[in-house]
Amino acid sequence: MPGTVLPRLRYVPQVTKRKTDSETSLPPQFAGWFAARGWSPRAHQLALLAQARRGNSALLIAPTGAGKTLAGFLPSLVDLAGMRRNLSGLHTLYISPLKALAVDVARNLETPVREMNLPVRIETRTGDTSASKRQRQRRMPPDILLTTPEQLTLLIGSADGAHLFATLRHVVLDELHAIATSKRGDLLALALAHLRTIAPSMTVIGLSATVRDPDELRRYLVAQDSGESKKKPMAWLVEAPGGAKAQLSMLDTRERLPWSGHSALHAMEEIFAAIRQARLTLVFVNTRAQAEAVFQQLWSINDDNLPIALHHGSLDAGQRRKVEAAMVAGKLKAVVCTSTLDLGIDWGDVDLVINVGAPKGASRIAQRIGRANHRLDEPSLALLVPANRFEVLECRAAIDAAAEGAQDTPVLRAGALDVLCQHIMGLACAAPFHADQVYREVTSAEPYADLSREEFDAALQFVANGGYALGGYDRFAKIKQRNDGLWRVANPRVAQSWRMNVGTIVESDELKVRLVRARKIAMSMIAEQGGPVRSRSGSLYYPSRLAGGAPDMSKAYTGVVGRGGRVLGKIEEYFLETLAPGDTFLFGGEILALQGIVEGEALVVRAPGDAPKVPSYAGGKFPLSTYLAERVRKMLSSPKGWDSLPEQVGDWLKLQKRFSALPPSSGMLVETFPRGERHYLVAYPFEGRLAHQTLGMLLTRRMERLGLKPQGFVANDYALGIWSLADTGARAKNGLLSMAELFAQDMLGDDLEEWLQESALMKRTFRNCAIIAGLIERRYPGKEKSSRQVTISTDLVYDVLRRHEPDHILLRAARADAMTGLLDLERLAAMLSRIAGRIVHKHLERISPLAVPVMLEIGREPVAGAVLDQVLAEAAETLVEEAIGSRVF
Amino acid sequence: MAHGFSSAVRRAASDEARCQTFAVNGTRVVADPSGALILPDCATLVVADLHFEKGSAFAARGQLVPPYDTAATLARLMHVIASHAPRIVIALGDSFHDERAGERFSAADRGRLGALMSGREWVWIRGNHDPEIPDGLGDTCAELCHGGLTFRHEPQRGSAPGEVAGHLHPAARVISASGSVRARCFVADGSRCILPAFGAYTGGLNFRSPAFAGLFVAAGITAYVIGSDRVYAIPESRCGF
Repeated sequence: MPGTVLPRLRYVPQVTKRKTDSETSLPPQFAGWFAARGWSPRAHQLALLAQARRGNSALLIAPTGAGKTLAGFLPSLVDLAGMRRNLSGLHTLYISPLKALAVDVARNLETPVREMNLPVRIETRTGDTSASKRQRQRRMPPDILLTTPEQLTLLIGSADGAHLFATLRHVVLDELHAIATSKRGDLLALALAHLRTIAPSMTVIGLSATVRDPDELRRYLVAQDSGESKKKPMAWLVEAPGGAKAQLSMLDTRERLPWSGHSALHAMEEIFAAIRQARLTLVFVNTRAQAEAVFQQLWSINDDNLPIALHHGSLDAGQRRKVEAAMVAGKLKAVVCTSTLDLGIDWGDVDLVINVGAPKGASRIAQRIGRANHRLDEPSLALLVPANRFEVLECRAAIDAAAEGAQDTPVLRAGALDVLCQHIMGLACAAPFHADQVYREVTSAEPYADLSREEFDAALQFVANGGYALGGYDRFAKIKQRNDGLWRVANPRVAQSWRMNVGTIVESDELKVRLVRARKIAMSMIAEQGGPVRSRSGSLYYPSRLAGGAPDMSKAYTGVVGRGGRVLGKIEEYFLETLAPGDTFLFGGEILALQGIVEGEALVVRAPGDAPKVPSYAGGKFPLSTYLAERVRKMLSSPKGWDSLPEQVGDWLKLQKRFSALPPSSGMLVETFPRGERHYLVAYPFEGRLAHQTLGMLLTRRMERLGLKPQGFVANDYALGIWSLADTGARAKNGLLSMAELFAQDMLGDDLEEWLQESALMKRTFRNCAIIAGLIERRYPGKEKSSRQVTISTDLVYDVLRRHEPDHILLRAARADAMTGLLDLERLAAMLSRIAGRIVHKHLERISPLAVPVMLEIGREPVAGAVLDQVLAEAAETLVEEAIGSRVF
Repeated sequence: MAHGFSSAVRRAASDEARCQTFAVNGTRVVADPSGALILPDCATLVVADLHFEKGSAFAARGQLVPPYDTAATLARLMHVIASHAPRIVIALGDSFHDERAGERFSAADRGRLGALMSGREWVWIRGNHDPEIPDGLGDTCAELCHGGLTFRHEPQRGSAPGEVAGHLHPAARVISASGSVRARCFVADGSRCILPAFGAYTGGLNFRSPAFAGLFVAAGITAYVIGSDRVYAIPESRCGF
């Protein structure tokens, strides 16, 4: 249930009366090793050992630094130490969400193995492992194999998976909280279900940070009952005591708090001062754009040349490895980073975490703070830096939540159908299967426990022949059912294609950013030559063109585009597509000017100046969690608690109370006011940007039907602002319009269906499903050149499928994703139901204090998802203006 | 994120307003929002790159995309033919996705195509995808001169006044104050016109990419971009890469 936070359940480690010494005592070898290091085994490490000895699966919840990894491997090491060396069988499988983490853990595990002289062979297997090593691993498996969910899926889908895993005793799942709630978690759950079939006596240990509802993860670890039984089996729970409470504070800035924006530029001096005092600081931000902006600002005041580095997912991998190595080596003072540094790798001696911008979620911030100070007994030090006034409220809510230990990790969803399709194909690649048996196995996985036979059969049919009502593809079937009732792969090519497309992470189309040399040539030459030109060296280039009002600076930097410069990293294609040649933007800590896009690469040159024209690009924006939103609403509605807020913020809220009203804690405030020629409507649902954006799309459709002539809208995490030609507020006031009807829940009916038809976000969602399910193949680097011939745009497939087969399994999968993904429909639905009958409408003469932040975002945020005809009509206008030719309009 | 739109542009436009009329080498042509080009003075309708049976061609290679593309393309063709009632239809090549498309062309779709063809002259120009077309659909030719224009599949580099071609699947990236969109388009410079691909599964290639180099004179290139229900004339300078 979104929106609810269960009280944190306190479990005593389930080592009960019947415990015997043989269950919890360490073999002498191990006891000696602990003693030699001056350690004693922790209670949760022994408790986990006892569960494993009894053959039980268990979930360990422990904070960072509690010896979680060692706890997870202790049962395996103890077991292996007492065994005669088994050459032919894999004993323990460890799964991590990051390959770097798998490699890191393998290295750490070598220490006790070496020091105790245990006969244990440990190996990793990732995308980087050589083909020969992989082959050897199948023939001569190590005792312990550390790998990722995707590699496990590949092993299961290989012909010798059954043989390889037959001897498996333990599976350890690291960072389970980070995997379980995603499609990767679905894929992993299906793989686990299959491992249980191959090795029925194996046990599973899940390692997790503190979560909202441990029972969900406990069910994830064990087989669920099929059939009528309503029992939901759970793994045992072992909970380590929490470490010292983090010292969490909010920066009490001396500067004026900005009304909007996300880069906290006002606080850079203060952030810099904190960095200077600490040993090693991680400066977390929410988006790559923020990382770029903060990094640039810090360096602009870094007169001491402190070694401050930048780390985010768009940067070239080699560059990121360098930064990580420098961190571990203690050569850095601070790293500005996005969530790419979120997960458990030990990056060195971090003693301060600074979170710039909104925390977005209570658990999210708690896990980030955990990155500081890996010693359990010392408190982690963290500083929250709100970038604007609303973020102050959010930071306050997060600090209070942390003090209570409240958690708001995402809820487990029903398993995704596209992932199921991929899994079924993998099973067929491994060996012929019987549908009934696979259905039983699949429904033993927790995310698929409620999967109906009808849905399963639809997935099976999809894998076989596409599952279309209009038949005809039987002769192209990928898997076929033979007379013995078993399903088999139709040909080896099918299996090869599956192997190339395993996994649930679909990268958005990205282009390489290549730094090229700018050679100045006169603008007049370009004007004369117009189209693409061949340079003396023979490479094609485009003279930069000025698209509608591009800045003059492009003159100085327009040049022949040479090839072969350095690759700086990758950027999403959709961001680049919004740029015109000559536009400047921040990337990798530098201001770059786009020269053109040639053969799938964005060619850029360094640009002078310090103010990029295009301020940001959206990458990895999380919406505000339901839980924090609720706390923020409560805080707003009760002035008594405002004392704990900075004075500027308290004053702002008092003004809001005087001139308008405070948003109620469970209802919703709607304000209307005129400004300029337009009439504005600002609503404060506090449900996150994604849900607000969807609401904006649906609401403007409805307003248009009502003749209110809406002109556009802007959404942030807290509010939605719509402007229109008609005075919506006055109509509501005069009883000509009801706010309740405007926000009535039925907007999720026909309007939604109509919008989904053309929504770019829905098409992106569908594309992901189509790739994961194996409908179309992924694009790989190097394959792209011929891609126009070998790929079909999924947007076109979506259009055709919607029209001809609206109930197809892939459309069902895409709709399920839309509920929680980019459209956040589930949250929107919950909100509309929450506010029904509780709308507070204020018709004002002018803008209210609370409305200022969202109003400031108009014209500031890059515009996305613009309607096709709007853009075309505007661009066509210029043609009229320029009066080119004598065309008939 | 800000979103802009105007209700004015959503108003259903009259047929004439939905189209764009311009001249190619002196011959009056009309760009229809379906992607077809009409020559009103000789009752001729031109379509490019139908790519019938593209879906099943993918299926044969293991990507089981929905098999409805041929029917969808035919339905669109039927609609535009019904509204313009041309005497002559010219298909500018790549009408069939591959030489074996005939084996996968269903009897129902063949019947629909036959009904469209009957009572009018139908010219199949050969393309690189379809050096041969399925039996029983008539003859093909490499190019055709008609109404002062030359119709061929692949545009020829250099000066070719009056050339009407397909092959390149032009699309435009249009940037305005409200954002950036990508859509299929006709490209013309007064001397030559390249049509968008008509088929349901045919993607687009940005007309400012190198594949189009050397085809149009630098000044006066206009993209006739297809919106949801009408065609917009947009100067090249407003189109991005």
